[in-house]
Amino acid sequence: MNTLTAFDYKLLLAVPLIPLCGYVIQIFFGRNLPRKGDWLLTGGMFVVMCITVYMFFSKALGHEGTLPFWNESAATEGGPVFRWLYDSSAVSSDRNLVAGILYDGLGATMLMVVGVVSFLVHLFATGYMHGDRRYHIFFANISLFTFAMLGLVLSDNILFLFVFWELMGLMSYLLIGHFSHDPTSSRIKFAAAACKKAFLTTRVGDTCLFFGMAMFYFLLPREYNELVGQGLIEGDTVLSSFRFSELWQMTGAIVEAHGGDYPAWMTVAGLFTFGGTVGKSAQFPLHIWLPDAMEGPTPVSAMIHAATMVAAGVYLLGRMFPMMSPTTLQFVMAIGGITAIFAATIGCTVNDIKGVLAYSTISQLGFMVAAIGTGGLGIVAGLFHMVTHAFFKACLFLSAGSVIHGCHHEQDMRKMGGLRKMMPITFAAMLVCTLAIAGMPLFAGYYSKDRIIASAIESVLTQWRGGNVFVMVVLPLAAMLTTFYMFRLIFMTFFGEYRGGHDDHGHGAHGHDDHAGHDAHAGHDGHGHDHDGHHGHAHTPHESPTNMAIPLIVLGLLGVFGGHMWLTGDPLSDYGTWFTKLVRWEDMYVLPDGTSLQLLKMNMLEVSEHNHHVGHIWAVGVSLTVLVLGVLAAWWMYISKRQDSEAGSGDTAALFPIPAQVTGKLGLVYEAVRDKYYIDEFVNATVIRGTMVAARVQSWIDSNIVDGLVVGTGKTARGFGFLCGWVDKHIVDGAVNWVGNTTQAFSSVVRLFQTGRIQQYISFAVGGALLVAAFHILT
Amino acid sequence: MGVEAYMAVAGVLFALGIVCIISRRNILYVLMGVEMILNAANINFVAFNRYGNGGMEGRMFAIFVIILAAAEAAIALAIVLNVFHLFQSVRPSEADILRD
Repeated sequence: MNTLTAFDYKLLLAVPLIPLCGYVIQIFFGRNLPRKGDWLLTGGMFVVMCITVYMFFSKALGHEGTLPFWNESAATEGGPVFRWLYDSSAVSSDRNLVAGILYDGLGATMLMVVGVVSFLVHLFATGYMHGDRRYHIFFANISLFTFAMLGLVLSDNILFLFVFWELMGLMSYLLIGHFSHDPTSSRIKFAAAACKKAFLTTRVGDTCLFFGMAMFYFLLPREYNELVGQGLIEGDTVLSSFRFSELWQMTGAIVEAHGGDYPAWMTVAGLFTFGGTVGKSAQFPLHIWLPDAMEGPTPVSAMIHAATMVAAGVYLLGRMFPMMSPTTLQFVMAIGGITAIFAATIGCTVNDIKGVLAYSTISQLGFMVAAIGTGGLGIVAGLFHMVTHAFFKACLFLSAGSVIHGCHHEQDMRKMGGLRKMMPITFAAMLVCTLAIAGMPLFAGYYSKDRIIASAIESVLTQWRGGNVFVMVVLPLAAMLTTFYMFRLIFMTFFGEYRGGHDDHGHGAHGHDDHAGHDAHAGHDGHGHDHDGHHGHAHTPHESPTNMAIPLIVLGLLGVFGGHMWLTGDPLSDYGTWFTKLVRWEDMYVLPDGTSLQLLKMNMLEVSEHNHHVGHIWAVGVSLTVLVLGVLAAWWMYISKRQDSEAGSGDTAALFPIPAQVTGKLGLVYEAVRDKYYIDEFVNATVIRGTMVAARVQSWIDSNIVDGLVVGTGKTARGFGFLCGWVDKHIVDGAVNWVGNTTQAFSSVVRLFQTGRIQQYISFAVGGALLVAAFHILT
Repeated sequence: MGVEAYMAVAGVLFALGIVCIISRRNILYVLMGVEMILNAANINFVAFNRYGNGGMEGRMFAIFVIILAAAEAAIALAIVLNVFHLFQSVRPSEADILRD
C-alpha cells in the first residue's frame, strides 16, 4: 500500500510549491531580474520535472508486488495534510476538512506528464515569447497555472480539486487574454473577446460541477447512514467527506445495498459532475471556447488548451468514475461520440494551423470521454489516451508555434507550404506526432486510440444498445477524419512550394516561387539559417532557435515512445503497455480500509475474454484501415493533384483543385461544416441574445418600476421636507424672531436712560429715593 | 437741643454732598461730595451713639467709616488718574463709555 516515505511526501509537496514561489517572485520582481526572470521559472520547472520523473520511475513504475500502488497522505501516519476550518476539539465533526496528497498510478502518471510538458513549454516560451511586452507577466501567469495543475493532480479530495480547477480557469482566462494588454497587437480585440468567452463558457460547466460536488458531499453520507440504520450496510455511520476514497467507499456500499443499482439522485449528481468535464474539456455543446482560445500565445495553447488543463476534465471523470451510474455513462458516451465526430469534421475545413489543432484537441477529448463512457476497460483507455495525447498534442502545438514563429506570425496554412526544407526539425517533430495522433502502429497514439475503438466494439458485443452502436460507428469515422485533417495540415504546410511573402513583391498571377533569391538581406534574428541557397530573405521562413527546438525533439520522442515504453510482451497487444500495468482497472480505486473497489459489482461492464479478443482484433483492423484511407485521401487531395504552377497566385482553389471540387459538390453541407455548424451563431441567437433581451427587460423594470419607486419615495420625502421647512421658517422661526424683536423694541426705550454718565445715574437714584420717601411720608 | 439737631446738620451735609456730586463738573469735587456724604453718615452714627443705649458701637462704626473713606479716597484718586489718562479730562460727563 503505502510505499512513500516522509521524504517522498516532502518532494511531492515541493512540486506545486516551487512554481508558486516562482510566481510570487516573478510577479513582484520579474521585471527587474536579468532576462526578466524566465531562467528562474524555467529552472524551477526543471527541478519540478526532475522530481516528478524521479518519483514516477522510482516509485510508481518501480512498484513491485500484487498490491496496487496507492499512497494517501491523510491515511499515513505523519503524512503531510492541510487542515482547513479544523476544530481539533470536535474531531468527528462534518465541518473538519483535511486535504492531503493522493499519489497513485494515475496521479503519478499525470503529475509526470504535467511536469515534463510544463518544463518544455516554459523552455519553448523563452524563445517564442522573446521580445514580448509583458514577458515577465506571461511567465508569472504560466507558472501559477502550473502550480494549479500540479495541485489539482495531487489533491486527494474533490473540494481542493475544484479550488485548483477554478484557479486554472482564471489563469486560462489571463493567458488567453495575454495579447489583449498589448496595444501594438492587431488581435487585441479578439484576444479580449476570446478570454471572456472562455471564462464564461467554462463557468457554466464549473457551476454544474459545484452542484454535483455538493450533492455527493451532502447526499452520499445521508443515504449511507440511512442504509446503516436499516441494517442494509454493516458498519458505523459516516461523516460527510470530500475525500475520493471515502466517496468511493460510500458509493460502493450503497450500490451493493441496492443490489447493483444506483439511486436516481446519483444519476443527476453524476450528470452535474460531468457538466464540469463538458466545460473544461470542451465537449459539445460547451466546446465553443476552445477554438477561440487559440488567440492566446502558442505555448499557452500547447500547455493549457491541449496537454494539461483540458485533460483535467477527463482526469476528473477518471476520479469520479465509480460515482457515475450506467445512465450517466450512456450520456457521457453519447456526448463524447458527438464531440469526436463533430469536431473532426470541422477540423477538415479550417485553414488556420492552430485552428486545425484546436478542433483536433476537441475531437480527441471526445474520444477520451466516449471511452470512459463505455464503462468497460474504456476507462483505462480513455485515461491512457489523455496521457499520450498530452505528449503528441503538446508537440504538435509547439511545432505549429515554431512554424508560426518561423513564418513571422502567419497562421494561415494557405500561405505556407514547402517548409519541409526550411524547418527540418519542426517538420520531423510534427510528422512524428501526426503519425502518433493518426494511430500509426508503434507510435504512442496507436496504443490508446486502438484501445478506445476496441472498448467501443467490446461494449457493443457485450450490450447491444443504441449509444454503444453510435459510438462504435462514429469513433472510427472520427479517427479517419483525424488522419485526414492532420495529413492535410502536414501536406499544406510542409510540402509543395512556399506561398507566403508575396504581397510585398508584386508577383504576377503566375509568378513562380523563386522569390527567395533577390533583394535579400542576410541575417535576421542572428541564428544562421541556411535554406538551400536562399540568402536569408527577410520573408523566408527559418528554423527556430535551439531553446525552441529542444522541446520539439523531446516531445517528438515521447510521441513515439510514450505509448510503449518498457513494453513487455507483444508490441501490438494492448496489455503490454506501461500504463495498463500501472493503472489496473481491477484496483484503480482503493478504499480507506485498503481494499479495492469492486467495479464489476457496479457500473463496469463485464467484458468476456472472447469479446475482448474479438474487439481487439477488429479494432486493429479498423484502425489501420482508417489510417490508410485518411492518408490516401489527404495525399490525393493535397499532393497528387496539386497545381504547383498556381503556387504564387494566392488562389487556393486553383492550387488544390480536388478539394475545391469536393467542397463545391458538397455545397451547403460543406458550408455548414466550415461555419462550425452555426453553433456560435446559435449561441449568439439564443443564449447571448436571450441574455441581452433579459437584460433589457430588467433594465426597463429597473428604470421604470424600481427607479419609479425610488423616485416616488424621494419626491414624497421632498414634499414632506418642504412642509417641514415652511413650518420651521414661518412658525418656529417666527416665534423666535418675535421674542427677539419684542425684546429689542423694549430695550430701545430702556436704553434711553442708559447714558453712561455717573452723575445722571446718581440723580436718578436720589430722585427714586426721594420718591420712595415721599410715598412713605404721604401715606 | 436733642438728636434732631444733629440729624438736621447731617441732613444738610448729606444734601450738600449730593448736590456736589450731581452738579460739579470736576471729578475731584465729586469725590469731595462723597466724603461729605460719608461724614454726614458719621455725624448720625455719633449722634445716635450719644442718645442711644450707652454702648460704643456708633463711635466704632464712625471710626471704621473714616478708615474706609481714607481707603476709598486712595482708590478713587487712582481711578481719577486713570480716567484722566484715558479721556484727557476730569469731567465726569465725558467718561460715558459705560453706555455702550
